Amino acid sequence: MSENNMAAAPAVRLPRLERQPLELRALKSGFLTGLTWLIAILGSVPLFSVIFMLVTQGGARLDFEALTALPPAGFELGGGFGNAIVGTLVMVAIASAISVPLGILAAIYLAVLDPYSRVAGTARFVAKTLTGFPSILAGVFTYAVLVVNFGYSALAGGVALAVLMLPTVVLAAEEAMKQVPQKMTDAAFGMGCTRSQVIWKVVLPTGLPGILTGVMLAVAGASGESAPLLFTALFSNYYISEVLEPTASLSILIYNFSAMPFDNQIELAWAASLVLVLIVLVFNILARIVGRPKV
Amino acid sequence: MASNSFKITASASTVSGPPSAREFLADSVFRAVALTCASLIILLLLFILWEVGGQALPAMLQQGLGFVTGTTWDVTREEFGVLPEIWGTLYSSLLALVLGGVFGIAIAIFLTQDFINAKLAMVFRTVVELLAAIPSVVYGLWGIYVLIPLLRPVSDWLHQQFGFIPLFGTELSGPGLAPAALVLAIMILPTVAAISVDAFRRIPYKVKEAAYGMGATRWEAILKVMLPTASSGLLAALVLGFGRALGETMALAMLIGNSNQINLSLFAPANTLASLLASNFPEAGQIEVQALMFAALVLLAITLIVNIIGLGIQQYTVRKFEGKK
Repeated sequence: MSENNMAAAPAVRLPRLERQPLELRALKSGFLTGLTWLIAILGSVPLFSVIFMLVTQGGARLDFEALTALPPAGFELGGGFGNAIVGTLVMVAIASAISVPLGILAAIYLAVLDPYSRVAGTARFVAKTLTGFPSILAGVFTYAVLVVNFGYSALAGGVALAVLMLPTVVLAAEEAMKQVPQKMTDAAFGMGCTRSQVIWKVVLPTGLPGILTGVMLAVAGASGESAPLLFTALFSNYYISEVLEPTASLSILIYNFSAMPFDNQIELAWAASLVLVLIVLVFNILARIVGRPKV
Repeated sequence: MASNSFKITASASTVSGPPSAREFLADSVFRAVALTCASLIILLLLFILWEVGGQALPAMLQQGLGFVTGTTWDVTREEFGVLPEIWGTLYSSLLALVLGGVFGIAIAIFLTQDFINAKLAMVFRTVVELLAAIPSVVYGLWGIYVLIPLLRPVSDWLHQQFGFIPLFGTELSGPGLAPAALVLAIMILPTVAAISVDAFRRIPYKVKEAAYGMGATRWEAILKVMLPTASSGLLAALVLGFGRALGETMALAMLIGNSNQINLSLFAPANTLASLLASNFPEAGQIEVQALMFAALVLLAITLIVNIIGLGIQQYTVRKFEGKK
């Protein structure tokens, strides 16, 4: 029936429906596709160049001495950056100790307790604004609050890093807790739980993988930071002995050594960069592992 | 209100029993603590503005508006002006935005518009994420020992051939604007790409199907349908990327040359607000610290404005596609 109709219809000139690879618009499309491939590959070149330099320059110098010895002075040969590794880890630990509990508690308020209140809306907006906050301003702020009164210290460095970690932790933890199914919290309320019992026994355990991902990413970011440490923790040529004295960090060591006219220091800067990138990568990978859904 | 209805359900349950007085107390204390922490975030921003503003006040009173129009930074004569730094900040960020924006959006298109299979897309997504993970100071080191030697012959040739164009008016004698802007572009690329990918993902699939169904080629679909639909999201990506570039410090402090001058040339050394802070703060005396606090306040104001505009556009985009939230 329908075939008959088709045959009987007056002859309409059908457009050519097969592919026309040489038509101008097809050529244009192909050209742009090639260009996009080129851009995507060009965009990856810097990464591979950085990795190549880190492995060849940094890897050549990375040995036990580099990992444990104290930084060399001037024309001195050898040496290492053991105190800077310890300093970076200590300051990131201080920053986490401040920002993680504070951030998660704030996120609980934003995600569970009162998501639509004025305080929550403002806090969320401020946290988003602070993620784009120039990291050096965290240093300036800490200088104004702590360094002016108590001098350069690992504590001040940790506080400056905490200012930078806080918004990341808050936003990630809020997102993770929002993913907890309403059914589960409803069931807990139905059993007669108070709101904090629901949070402690249902929301936090269920959202934990997502929260940990956010924390790990914040830690990764903080360990690579240098601008906020420049004039809060300053630098030191010795191992840290208490938190209220100037402290070395890997990033500041790289910054200081990069401008020195000595080959030894520049080699050490590359080796320290390799270690720093590895630390950052370990936390990034941890973030992925803990964030993987368990079921 | 909410806690009232909650009490009723709790007491109606005979199996689990209502919460005890102690549990009620613990609950209210915990909620109060959480509220305090949420308010602390807001207070943190106000405290930052208050502290930096307070410390900058003497310099503000002394320098006045001349601070943002002056071009010298002379500690001994207590003459402070940051116009070259403002110029350098905006110029380097703008150059980085052009380059990083083109690359970021192109890579977002590459990742979302069916150019490659899922596995290869994973590879490229990891590459972009790793670009974001590399610390600023490592990029600085890479810039000094890889990028600058690589750029020098190019810049010398450009200067010799096209030296009459102000853009190529000087030679690259070491650190300068071009390597700084290039590294900056690499650093904002992941930000721009990630937000742009979100913008493309948010477009309903049927929009793309409709375009292909009409017989559009892939690029006709992208240029005439996907890009205009995603435009507000892409704008947000560019503005937030620009905000990132404005505040970037270490790589710039290492690459830009820290020279107080206003020059159109891509190869001349320049300075930015952030790298002025980084290089002068550690050794500054009291008077200079006040002036630096003022400079920090200027940087804070610029980045806050740019970021708030970017976030506003982003929120508008989310509302457009997902209804009011």
